[in-house]
Amino acid sequence: MAESAPHAQPAWVLLAYLIAGVCFILALRGLSGPESSRRGNRTGMIGMAIAVLTTLYTHVPTDAFANPATIEHGLNWDLASIGEILAAILIGGGIGLITARKIQMTAMPQLVAAFHSLVGMAAVLVGAAAYLNPEAFGIAVRITPIYGPSIINILPVSRIEMGLGVAIGAITFSGSVIAFLKLNGNMSGKPILLPLRHVINLATIAAILFLIAYFTQDQSPWVFFTVVGLSFAIGFLLIIPIGGADMPVVISMLNSYSGWAAAAMGFTLHNSAMIITGALVGSSGAILSYIMCRAMNRSFISVIAGGFGAVASGGDAAAIDRPYKRGSAEDAAFLMSQADQVIIVPGYGMAVSQAQHALKEMADKLKAEGVRVKYAIHPVAGRMPGHMNVLLAEANVPYDEVFELEDINSEFAQTDVAFVIGANDVTNPAAKTDKSSPIYGMPVLDVEKARTVLFVKRSMGGVGYAGVDNELFYRDNTMMLLADAKKMVEEIVKALA
Amino acid sequence: MDFISILSIFVLACFVGYYVVWSVTPALHTPLMSVTNAISSVIVVGALIAAAAGGSPSSKWLGLVAVALASVNIFGGFAVTQRMLSMYKKRERKDG
Repeated sequence: MAESAPHAQPAWVLLAYLIAGVCFILALRGLSGPESSRRGNRTGMIGMAIAVLTTLYTHVPTDAFANPATIEHGLNWDLASIGEILAAILIGGGIGLITARKIQMTAMPQLVAAFHSLVGMAAVLVGAAAYLNPEAFGIAVRITPIYGPSIINILPVSRIEMGLGVAIGAITFSGSVIAFLKLNGNMSGKPILLPLRHVINLATIAAILFLIAYFTQDQSPWVFFTVVGLSFAIGFLLIIPIGGADMPVVISMLNSYSGWAAAAMGFTLHNSAMIITGALVGSSGAILSYIMCRAMNRSFISVIAGGFGAVASGGDAAAIDRPYKRGSAEDAAFLMSQADQVIIVPGYGMAVSQAQHALKEMADKLKAEGVRVKYAIHPVAGRMPGHMNVLLAEANVPYDEVFELEDINSEFAQTDVAFVIGANDVTNPAAKTDKSSPIYGMPVLDVEKARTVLFVKRSMGGVGYAGVDNELFYRDNTMMLLADAKKMVEEIVKALA
Repeated sequence: MDFISILSIFVLACFVGYYVVWSVTPALHTPLMSVTNAISSVIVVGALIAAAAGGSPSSKWLGLVAVALASVNIFGGFAVTQRMLSMYKKRERKDG
């Protein structure tokens, strides 16, 4: 009986992976400010290069039929295999670079969802490869009886790690595909509610966990591939009932999952770079989910249970008849040019109509007339965390004019005009006063405290994603600017000239 | 490395992640997501091992596909993050 020593790696290799892990920590650390972030991103690239080159060097494909004497000197490189690997990197890298260059900033949530799905799929494939060829990963013992063929046994700990890794990876993949389709508009953003979904979901999760435990006793393919199949299914089932308004949470949650998948594979491979990265990404996604949930005053469980925004408010037919003041671009231009301070509140509607460049032009015109212009961002404005900030940065809005909710909320009382463009729920005072409102308790921007509130909105009929009416529309100090956001802002710019 | 040392690295890294991520400014949360996306593709290490190993053709092909998928993410993720970060600019202080 002979056993191979699993996970034997030279010290310098372990050190290289550790350095790669530290580079990734520094990459995230750099994001504490825009100036340090660019250097941080480059550090991340260096870390990735170290990890990839170390792996390539220590795992050069070798020709199994080479003379054993040359193996000692590493001269038996299998050039065909090396070529295949390089081709895979070039194809993937090329697609990635072209996508990164062409993608519109407004489509960033979809892109991130698509990227998450790739990490998830890669984890599943690596897990499957490790299952099919465990000796290559050093996670198996070969037992050679004196008579009969030798048996390859995957280490029990590795089976659990592998099972968890492919399960989380598969959930990340199918969940991200659904998130992508919803964000990209290929699928309705409305929650799709299956009957008995909670029972089905819990049963599926229980079955996955049971099979992973059973996998330690029986390493037959059916156990492994049933875990993969059920995990793909639960990913679909979990995300389908979640509505458009909750996408910032979903996308952060999938971010977290992709990290845990990488960490689980890191445990399988005993690779510190993967474990450190997995922990970083996992906690990053978890914290972002928490911030998003807090910004909506919703518990994580209720988001995951889904169904938010499914019931259209019964009151909106009556609400449409309420009187409101409608203004023109000229009115808005006059009001803002007379103001001391204007605070712009962007929302998803700005992203949809690509109004950010016109908005910047409007702000520049106002500044030329001596008006102070600031931007107020609600944490859940848009479809992913920080979405509005990126769009404003794209339009060359300096980041020191852009403020977070808690930093600017006290300023609305001293502000002449609040210019709300494509946002709704995040300004709704019902969140502060109406206990029966579904958004009650959510922190909102106090736009109603400004002397005048200008609302750029496509029409009076549409309600926000939460499906609630906003009584702000009918107040005396509110003026509705009903038009496409970009068109309206362009007209205001013309009127200001 | 034995299981306990691996677990120690993992637990400590979770704490590092917790504190580092809380220090990220909310304005950079989108780049945070895209860069975490890029670095979680370090899973390419596992894909490379599978693609380079002999012995099982199916394992090797799964590895090659995983290498390609992870490469999309690595190059795309870092490039799009760099593109976003290069857009964040301070106010030009010419008007004083």
